[in-house]
Amino acid sequence: MLARKINRSELPFDIINYTMLVIVLFTAIYPLYFILIASISDPNAIYNGEVWLLPKAVTFKGYYRIFHSDSIWVGYLNSLKYTFTGTLLNLLLTLPAAYALSRKHLSGRNIFMMIITFTMFFSGGLIPTYILIMKLGLRNTLGAMIFPEAVIVWYLIIARTFFQTTIPDELNDAASIDGATDLKFFIRIVLPLSPALIAIMVLYYGVYHWNAFFNALLYLEKEKLFPLQLVLRNILIQNEVSSEMVGDLSSVAEQQKLSDLIKYGAIAVASLPLLIAYPFLQKYFVKGVMIGSIKG
Amino acid sequence: MKTIFKKPIHSYGSIQKIFRNYQLYLFLLPTLAYFIIFKYIPMYGVQIAFKDYISIKGFWGSPWIGFANFERFFNSVEFWNTLKNTLGLSVLQLTAGFPMPVILALMLNQVSKKRFRKIAQTAVYAPHFISTVVMAGMVYVFLAPKTGIINLIINALGGDPIFFMGKPEWFKPIYVLSSIWQHTGWEAIIFIAALTSIPQELYESAKVDGASKLQRILYIDIPGIMPTAIVLLILNVGNVMSIGFEKAFLMQNDLNRVSSEIIATYVYKAGLQNAQYSFSSAVGLFNSLINLILLFTANRIAKKVSDISLW
Repeated sequence: MLARKINRSELPFDIINYTMLVIVLFTAIYPLYFILIASISDPNAIYNGEVWLLPKAVTFKGYYRIFHSDSIWVGYLNSLKYTFTGTLLNLLLTLPAAYALSRKHLSGRNIFMMIITFTMFFSGGLIPTYILIMKLGLRNTLGAMIFPEAVIVWYLIIARTFFQTTIPDELNDAASIDGATDLKFFIRIVLPLSPALIAIMVLYYGVYHWNAFFNALLYLEKEKLFPLQLVLRNILIQNEVSSEMVGDLSSVAEQQKLSDLIKYGAIAVASLPLLIAYPFLQKYFVKGVMIGSIKG
Repeated sequence: MKTIFKKPIHSYGSIQKIFRNYQLYLFLLPTLAYFIIFKYIPMYGVQIAFKDYISIKGFWGSPWIGFANFERFFNSVEFWNTLKNTLGLSVLQLTAGFPMPVILALMLNQVSKKRFRKIAQTAVYAPHFISTVVMAGMVYVFLAPKTGIINLIINALGGDPIFFMGKPEWFKPIYVLSSIWQHTGWEAIIFIAALTSIPQELYESAKVDGASKLQRILYIDIPGIMPTAIVLLILNVGNVMSIGFEKAFLMQNDLNRVSSEIIATYVYKAGLQNAQYSFSSAVGLFNSLINLILLFTANRIAKKVSDISLW
């Protein structure tokens, strides 16, 4: 095995490259790290600029309030519900269709693909869609959260490309000679051969549902239906840290400080599940991009 | 087990094929139903842009008023402002944001230590998974006038705190910078993948010819990712008018509205907050059509200039 030679003349380039990359790395991670340490630090210490590497005067007041808040728990449970059911629906509508569209012997598949991909470039727009959803009676329902984006075209394309490359049409011939129907073939052969794709679809759609908030804003009026992101929006952006969380404090200044602490904590609480699972699952996310880019 | 001898699937006549494959068509049915209901019916409904929409009468029954809604938009005070904001934001996003993932991919590609590369890559696309709400929330919290970390740093360096989110002129830079922070790593993946598919021999022969790392980047890497970059650029241009509605909506407030009201948020305001359904549909349709035109134009230009295009 050849020993790696360090090319002296390229050293300056490498040094600059590595340095810049380290800076980029730091820039990417530090904001997230800061949120984490700020969420358990004394707000006064933060305002004085003492909190930059380590938390100061560790306090869990913020988290205490968050975990004792009904709206956050309700939001969490709703988000889990929407994510679970939404992803299930996504799989049911994406995988069989992507498989069917991947079979070259399906007449008219090009037309179907065009009908589907056209929607990526043009749509009726916000208002006609809104009117439709309302007329379908989906206001304040689970349906409003999972039907509008039941199929994301880009993910359908990824799945189709995967089936095209992994399940050659010759397999269909062999199976049909043995008398297998398409349905049996799909369930007994195709799916077991595609765990990576299923993982990718679950992750992609799952992240989409977990982070979704706009449909909730449009179609849900009852607070008990709000997903986590909508609750977060009220806390972080509308600045409505509800009185249930800080109402018992005496001064406005005290309320303000605790509000800030709660904001940091809320960000952490909402993003932590994803960011923790992320290092273990990221290879699936990357794979999805790779598969998609073959066609793209 | 009884084996039924059948002909291979693709040697049937075409009507027979359709019947043979009926199960595959059933696979497609729910999905197509979804697209027809939730994508194509709204497209049909967009005709209310040319009507005076009355809820009881529905899409079809509402009275026709032609281009009146469009005229109203073009003549309105909001027209030039929202157009300017939309285009300004998009152009800034394209010029500042598009090169970043490319540069990052080029830099990462030059790293020979696999471990560092993997760690760097993983770290750098973590921000992508944060939700829009959290991203906007982070922006508000970090840029808060007295308590945000950015202003604390400015204070420490001797400056005066800036009320970033209250000043219109800061809206676009903040929007684009936070987008770059959040998405560069993720968008670099495609380019990294493209770079790894460049054959090693090209690098070997370049090294033999005495090419420096910089030269190898310029003459091998960049041409190597050109096709990918152009396709992505075309797709991005086709999105110019629909730029990040959710993020703009969240970052918008009464103080910076002059700069943060883009066409998409105006559609929301006029349509959903002021219930002017036809009018806002017209604005939305205008938006979509401009996007389509830009998409076709970008594709044609790319075809002429480089042989690479979307179709």
